[in-house]
Amino acid sequence: MSDSPSHHGAAPNAPQSKTDLFISFTFLALQGFGGVLAVVQRELVDKKQWLTTDEFVEDWAVAQILPGPNVVNLALMIGGRSFGIAGALAALSGLLLAPTALVLLLAAAVAGVADTAVAQGMLRGMGAVSAGLIAAVGIKLMGALKNNPMGMLTCIGIGALTFVAIGLLRLPLAWVLLSLGPLASVWAAHCIKQRGAA
Amino acid sequence: MSITMTLADWGSLFLHFISLSLLAVGGAITTAPDIHRYLVDETHWLSDTQFTSSIALAQGAPGPNVMFVALMGWNVGLNAGGGLAAGWPAVALALWGVLITMVGIMIPSCTLTFVATQWAHRNREMLAVKAFKSGMAPIVIALLIATGWLLTGNHENPAHDWPLWVLTGATTLIVWKTKTHLLLLLGFGALLGALGWI
Repeated sequence: MSDSPSHHGAAPNAPQSKTDLFISFTFLALQGFGGVLAVVQRELVDKKQWLTTDEFVEDWAVAQILPGPNVVNLALMIGGRSFGIAGALAALSGLLLAPTALVLLLAAAVAGVADTAVAQGMLRGMGAVSAGLIAAVGIKLMGALKNNPMGMLTCIGIGALTFVAIGLLRLPLAWVLLSLGPLASVWAAHCIKQRGAA
Repeated sequence: MSITMTLADWGSLFLHFISLSLLAVGGAITTAPDIHRYLVDETHWLSDTQFTSSIALAQGAPGPNVMFVALMGWNVGLNAGGGLAAGWPAVALALWGVLITMVGIMIPSCTLTFVATQWAHRNREMLAVKAFKSGMAPIVIALLIATGWLLTGNHENPAHDWPLWVLTGATTLIVWKTKTHLLLLLGFGALLGALGWI
């Protein structure tokens, strides 16, 4: 992972102010076609370095398990950590205000156009690209598993199980999170304790 | 499409989105089937076409996928105001619909996320918090890769849809290995789609 910041220790940078949070998340949101996650990883980890890859994976795990849009949860966490509730609201409004305005303008402007062959083709093309963006983020984040207390091999095993359950068997997400999640967490607790004792 | 919304109707719309908020584990889109049941089948406040195009438009526009909720609120308000042709009063009602649905879907999950993550951050050295984050890491990473896989695998007809798979695979490699701007890739995908090549 030569293009990512160091995996160990704290992130080199942090948001400067609530305005910084608002503007950064507005900028992120407006780049995020077909989901914002890929842009968040690129901007906040690779470029701004507000988070290390490890921290991003940890935060993403929490954002994923809590109800609500994942990227919204992530914005609340990052904003809240630096500037409390005001920071959380700054990041959240940055993420939502401009895209809401834009999507409503689009809705008013293109009512009817959305069904044309060209528009459908564009959506198909962008959909295929955004599928690749998301998969690439997953591959990039695998580097963070090197520091996982469960060890790389166990992590790959758990990851493979998750992929089969969701990607191939198409089981509901809630089942997978609620069954594999607690098992993996208990095993991780065991590994952390052993490492502490050794 | 034209409907009549009483104050009590707006109230139940708000309550419905409030009640859905905490069920949206894995993203707001997981609540779409229930929203369809409520808005299209039960209350008839939204037409089937409006429902489908709200989701398609939100995915084509920048920003978090939860924007589809804003668009549905917009359309319900527009229907209550007699459609876009009715002018500013309809637009005002549409904006009111956006406010009702978005605030409803956001408040419970955002409050929970903020409170829970502030607690977890204060207690980040606690074994349970560490174990949860380490245990969940391989699962959420695999989920991302599975999401990319599912978004591509949705194309049922390999003989016809293989160019989409190639595009997704190429995007994954490019994002993983290079720093190419993500908007450039999305624009390229949109262009290929608009030209009808994929």
